Amino acid sequence: MVEEGSTLLRRMEISVAEAEKRTGKNTVNMQEIFTVYLIETRPIDAITEGHNPAPDSLWRRYSEFEILRNYLLVTYPFIVVPPLPEKRAEFVWHKLSADNMDPDFVERRRVGLENFLLRVASHSVLSNDKILYHFLTEEHRWKEVVCETGFQAKADSRIKALSATFRVKNPDKRFTEMKHYSDELQSLTSQLLRVRARVADRLYGVYKVHGNYGRVFSEWSALEKEMGDGLQSAGHHMDAYAASVDDMLEEEEHYADQLKEYLFYAEALRAVCRKHELTQYELETASSDLISKKQQREELATGMVRTFSFKGMTNKLFGQETPEQREAKLSLLEEQIVQGEETVTEKTVECEEYVKGAWVDMQRFKEQKDRDLREALIGYAVMQISMCKKGIQVWTNAKECFHKM
Amino acid sequence: MSRTIDAVVSPTQTNTIPADISGQMLDLDEDDDLEVFSKDSTLADGNMFNASMPTSPGSMVNQCKFEEDEESDSKDIFITVDNPESHVTAIETFITYRVLTKTTRSEFDNSEYEVRRRYQDFLWLKGKLEDTHSTLIVHPLPEKFVVKGMVERFNGDFIETRRKALHKFLNRVADHPILSCSEDFKVFLSAQAWELTTYKKQGPGFLSRMGETVRAVANSVRGVKNRPEEFTAIQEYVEDFSNKIGSLDKVTQRIVKEQKEYLEELKEYGPTYTLWSGSEEELAEQLKGVAGCIERCCKETEEQVGHLSDTLVPVLHEYVLCAETLKAVLRRRDNIQAEFEAKNEALATKKVDRDALKEEIDKLEDRVEWANNALKGDWGRWQRSMRGDLKSAFLSTAEKNVDYYEKCLAVWETFLLSQRTEPSEETDRDNTP
Repeated sequence: MVEEGSTLLRRMEISVAEAEKRTGKNTVNMQEIFTVYLIETRPIDAITEGHNPAPDSLWRRYSEFEILRNYLLVTYPFIVVPPLPEKRAEFVWHKLSADNMDPDFVERRRVGLENFLLRVASHSVLSNDKILYHFLTEEHRWKEVVCETGFQAKADSRIKALSATFRVKNPDKRFTEMKHYSDELQSLTSQLLRVRARVADRLYGVYKVHGNYGRVFSEWSALEKEMGDGLQSAGHHMDAYAASVDDMLEEEEHYADQLKEYLFYAEALRAVCRKHELTQYELETASSDLISKKQQREELATGMVRTFSFKGMTNKLFGQETPEQREAKLSLLEEQIVQGEETVTEKTVECEEYVKGAWVDMQRFKEQKDRDLREALIGYAVMQISMCKKGIQVWTNAKECFHKM
Repeated sequence: MSRTIDAVVSPTQTNTIPADISGQMLDLDEDDDLEVFSKDSTLADGNMFNASMPTSPGSMVNQCKFEEDEESDSKDIFITVDNPESHVTAIETFITYRVLTKTTRSEFDNSEYEVRRRYQDFLWLKGKLEDTHSTLIVHPLPEKFVVKGMVERFNGDFIETRRKALHKFLNRVADHPILSCSEDFKVFLSAQAWELTTYKKQGPGFLSRMGETVRAVANSVRGVKNRPEEFTAIQEYVEDFSNKIGSLDKVTQRIVKEQKEYLEELKEYGPTYTLWSGSEEELAEQLKGVAGCIERCCKETEEQVGHLSDTLVPVLHEYVLCAETLKAVLRRRDNIQAEFEAKNEALATKKVDRDALKEEIDKLEDRVEWANNALKGDWGRWQRSMRGDLKSAFLSTAEKNVDYYEKCLAVWETFLLSQRTEPSEETDRDNTP
């Protein structure tokens, strides 16, 4: 079925081809409009063999992607799970609609969802998951199947995770550093995106006001004899200049989306670090429990009170218990100690394996991030160059027109 | 001074104009024009609107051909306005500007003059020019106060903007074939402060009284009845032009505002990349690179906005003021005609001394013709100036914008180049995301 070491993406072509609006009843039985996305898949060998089979396809909505991701988060806590595109439009500047139904938003979400699937399907660990495979291939029963895994119950409670963060004594230093990095990545990219949106808004304003030149030049040209032609054509160029900003800024949104992906990745990275803290904390807790149980056994066996305990106090006050009682307690403790040792061994292994697996994936993530962001920055420079070239063209043309005035 | 009054009211005092001048009047090359004024002592009073004064309505055929010959080789007067200084007296504080004149014109005793003038003096000069040549188009002065924005008269930018406008004003007057011959202009350029004060005290009283009378008459009249078609056409044009130029002025100021706000945001944008680079290892270089590019683009943007403010904004503003000047000139022309029409009508109705009235009417009629021709001539001249000024301002703006984008382009291309020549770690990598 699944070849060892190969990812799903090598066997299967995946794309999120379209988006459509549907109506239906929601959980409180009210009519709602939502968007569904068409997932198309085709086996690669069929393509390479020269056939051109029609793709298999099914429709999924955003909330189903969310369920899939949550399942992956719980099932593979040591993996930095790729994020979904944003649920609601953030870092909006005035022209962009904050409306989830806005066609540009839907289009960018489609691209983001496809990107998510491609990343998951090419991940060496995640791509082998059966639930993922079902998500891509089984339209109807998928939700039941995923719920049957019981992943929702396995999710760590927030409180548990948070208290582990505060109480853990010896987390792996590399994970602590990585966690700090994830916090910084999140706040830095978020700040960058916010300012970028403001810059885009202002730039939009500058370009659009030039459209007024177009209008006034045109009106003015009707008054003038010699200047008329020059003014009229200059006006057209001003209109073109004003119009050009829409496409340029839409392109820049894709750059913003690339940065946003890593903003959301920061959270996934932090989750991996936190999970480490949790497993480490559970190990530490199990270890210290074991130690205290052993200590209690010792005290009971030797009758010596090493440390203060209420038992010791009550013993002093009310006299010691009977030999039978002591025996019972001792054997209970022995059982607990055996269990405790098993737990500690388990937890130790769990912790070590977690650290190993997580570290590998975090390295993979780091390399991917550096590659992707570097490409994004280059892409940004290319966009700026294109914008400058258009500006040169428009104003050179305008200059020609002004010459004719 | 009686001569001056005559020049205003009865331009056809042919006995003051030697007959041989009329031949030269028909060919108004700028040099000849000036030659006329310097050779004949009877015409030394530059206030006399001699060059275009017709001997009779019939000779107005080639009237007022103002050659647009303002090449520097034919310029014989150079004026600069600079060096603002503030003066404090017990009563007030004000700014004076140095007015430096270099000239070879013979009506000037010296070839160089350096005087200090304050804004009030410029206002006085403009008023005198307009009174004397009521249907000529005098270039506008900068306004007394800036309505929006700074009201602070001693703000550096405000003073500099004003200084440039005053400089332009004087140079425009100097370029004007008729206005530059004005005695008031000469006195303005050459008289010492106390001389100017004395000079100012003469005449204005009388002239302003004359002006008032004319206005009073005009106001009592229901307006001009038979305005020649061409002036109506000019008026309509001026109305429309005024709207358009006003719009352009507003649009341009809005662009400056938006561009400045863009610049403010841009200044905060670069640092976000620098900040981020502090947390990265591999990416730090590129992030700093992008930050650097944005910073350099900031500088270019600042320069571009500055250019717009220094070059296009003042010119558009000047022409907004020009439009108002034109409206005033047209009104004054109308008033002159209205006065004539009123008197003409009175001839039919009133039983006054018909001969005296007839004589007055003849003078007024000539005055109307003279005013019309002056305006027509100056109108063509003004249009050419306007075209030249606006064309050059827009051209300069377009050139600066091209330059701006070219510089930004170079910044980003340099960055891109630095990225592509780095050891290609990328080409060996797997292409899967």
